[in-house]
Amino acid sequence: MTETGLIQLLTPEGERVDNPAYPLDEAADIKGMYRDMVLVRRIDTEAIALQRHGELGLWASLLGQEAAQIGSGRALTPKDMAFPSYREHGVAWCRGLDPLRLLELFRGVSNGSWDPEEHKFHLYTIVIGDQTLHATGYAMGIQRDAAEDEAVIVYFGDGATSQGDVSEAFAWASVFNAPVVFFCQNNQWAISAPQDRQSRVPLYQRASGFGFPGVRVDGNDVLACHAVTRRALQAAREGQGPTLIEAYTYRMGAHTTTDDPTRYRLASDVEVWRLRDPIERVRSYLARSGQADSTFFAAIDAEANELGERIREGCRTLPDPAPLELFDHVYAGGSAILDDERERYAAYLESFEQTDTALEEAGL
Amino acid sequence: MSKLTLSKALNEGLRRALEADPKVMIMGEDVGKLGGVFRVTDGLQKDFGEHRVVDTPLAESGIIGTAIGLALRGYRPVCEIQFDGFVFPATDQIISQLAKMRYRSRGKISLPVVIRIPCGGGIGAVEHHSESPEAYFTHAAGLRVVACADAADAYSMIQLAIASDDPVIFFEPKRRYWDKGEVDTTAPLDSAQPLDRARVVLAGTDVTLLSYGPLVRTCVEAAMAVARERSVEVIDLRSLSPLDMATIGESVRRTGRCVVAHEAPVYSGLGAEIAARVTEACFYHLEAPVLRVGGFATPYPPSRLEEHYLPDLDRILDGVDRAFSY
Repeated sequence: MTETGLIQLLTPEGERVDNPAYPLDEAADIKGMYRDMVLVRRIDTEAIALQRHGELGLWASLLGQEAAQIGSGRALTPKDMAFPSYREHGVAWCRGLDPLRLLELFRGVSNGSWDPEEHKFHLYTIVIGDQTLHATGYAMGIQRDAAEDEAVIVYFGDGATSQGDVSEAFAWASVFNAPVVFFCQNNQWAISAPQDRQSRVPLYQRASGFGFPGVRVDGNDVLACHAVTRRALQAAREGQGPTLIEAYTYRMGAHTTTDDPTRYRLASDVEVWRLRDPIERVRSYLARSGQADSTFFAAIDAEANELGERIREGCRTLPDPAPLELFDHVYAGGSAILDDERERYAAYLESFEQTDTALEEAGL
Repeated sequence: MSKLTLSKALNEGLRRALEADPKVMIMGEDVGKLGGVFRVTDGLQKDFGEHRVVDTPLAESGIIGTAIGLALRGYRPVCEIQFDGFVFPATDQIISQLAKMRYRSRGKISLPVVIRIPCGGGIGAVEHHSESPEAYFTHAAGLRVVACADAADAYSMIQLAIASDDPVIFFEPKRRYWDKGEVDTTAPLDSAQPLDRARVVLAGTDVTLLSYGPLVRTCVEAAMAVARERSVEVIDLRSLSPLDMATIGESVRRTGRCVVAHEAPVYSGLGAEIAARVTEACFYHLEAPVLRVGGFATPYPPSRLEEHYLPDLDRILDGVDRAFSY
């Protein structure tokens, strides 16, 4: 622990430090974590470029948050359920989701096309903080099912902690002792609002008022994020109720591709955090400790190139939905009002085709 | 057949749903030990346990948000919002999440959540306890919005709502909770009228009077009062979204006149949607414009003024008379 109570197992310089309360998992696959972080950063880089090329409408970058997401995502068992906000591309990766499913959403092809139960990864939630209540309710369901080997993790940001729903989720999880881990990535910016606009106290301290533990972890330290999350999930499974984890990190990029952070923060502040890069420290550690050599790093880079290629090609060829799909899946039981609208709009579209055919036949 | 109050009929319907499906749950403020402020859930926690009938913290968004999570886990939560005016803290969860989840997931997710809301005025209550917020919800695609009007229908409608794989906003007319009616608790649910169909309560030939919830009884009383001069057909809409335009259109094409009555403000109310649709569907059959009778474009007034705000028998008949003045 450092003077700020920040749990750390790997310093920004790549030095291993021990924390007796959070021992490193012997089975922790550090090289695998490195690989995941490099690959999700590549997904992110490609997605930003695709947005600049007009292939995506928007992208929310995870740059700088790779360790928080991969560390926590890898701490989940296949049975655990994760509820993301809209920036958890790294967690999605850990849950086995094809990155193209995420790109579909930002391209405007769908609002979320994956099966949440298949991946144990819920759809992205864009309204800030709403998913904390869904996660808490899901955890209450686990209690009712007496499924003692399952827990829930829910992701949200520093800005979300100001939302009423997040406080309600804390209260509910606490009084019902629900098996849910609240994973707050404090990336210090809610678009342009700095963290001190959200809270006068460190965010992890919020938990104490609700009666459950809160911890602050170095969000750029993948080993610490993994260890802290693993312990919190285990506590949840063992009936010890919720934990709030504040992963203290930094949003290195813009809020989304439409944002311009130079209007509200100094480049020098960003530079300070560049020195705490989550990937570099693992690379240094692996190299220095002799666990990986240049062949390993080159192979990962080659894999990232292949992934980049696949994403670029895959994104450009994502098919647009057919016009009448607009009307699908509003009601399970159907609606005569909606059926009528669909029918009329189909006829309207059909009228253009008829006109086109008639013009063609007339040689016009 | 047994004679039950509307409140007791709902209670029996809920009990039957809890018995039929172990995934059905009840959650809300004071629904357990107290049995709800209107006693609709009376005795259910005692019989089904605290895991299935849950006294929640006092947070409406929390009730709906966690119900969504429970539904994602396979449960069928029936949430009680204690009073109409207290639903608004939950509207984000209802409109942005509950209503849209099926569409967002391309049909992969069903959220069979029922939200029971006692609605309407006429009980001399303080502010926020007498409102009719249905139009906010009929505007949200993905929600079914229904209103029960009497004990027999309440008994089957609540069970149909719970069985629906769509989220249902279920309005209960609070000033009718103690009205008694014959309820056949032995009839199978399949024989009940489907949730999305309107019901002709009183057949007539001269004018169609459409209503729902607490005003259905008032409309029937109004029709009886003028039965010698006019033959008024009263229809209980039951489903406010989607609307049963087939039943409405059939009636108006026969009568040539249509009046809609609701407690909610007329301006941008459900009556506006009905008037536009009836006008389009029945234009050549109409002898008069579709008229609306309802609350004024004011907030709900202090209770000493509510008799002026709420449509009563005379104001409804005034609307009917106007339909004959063109």
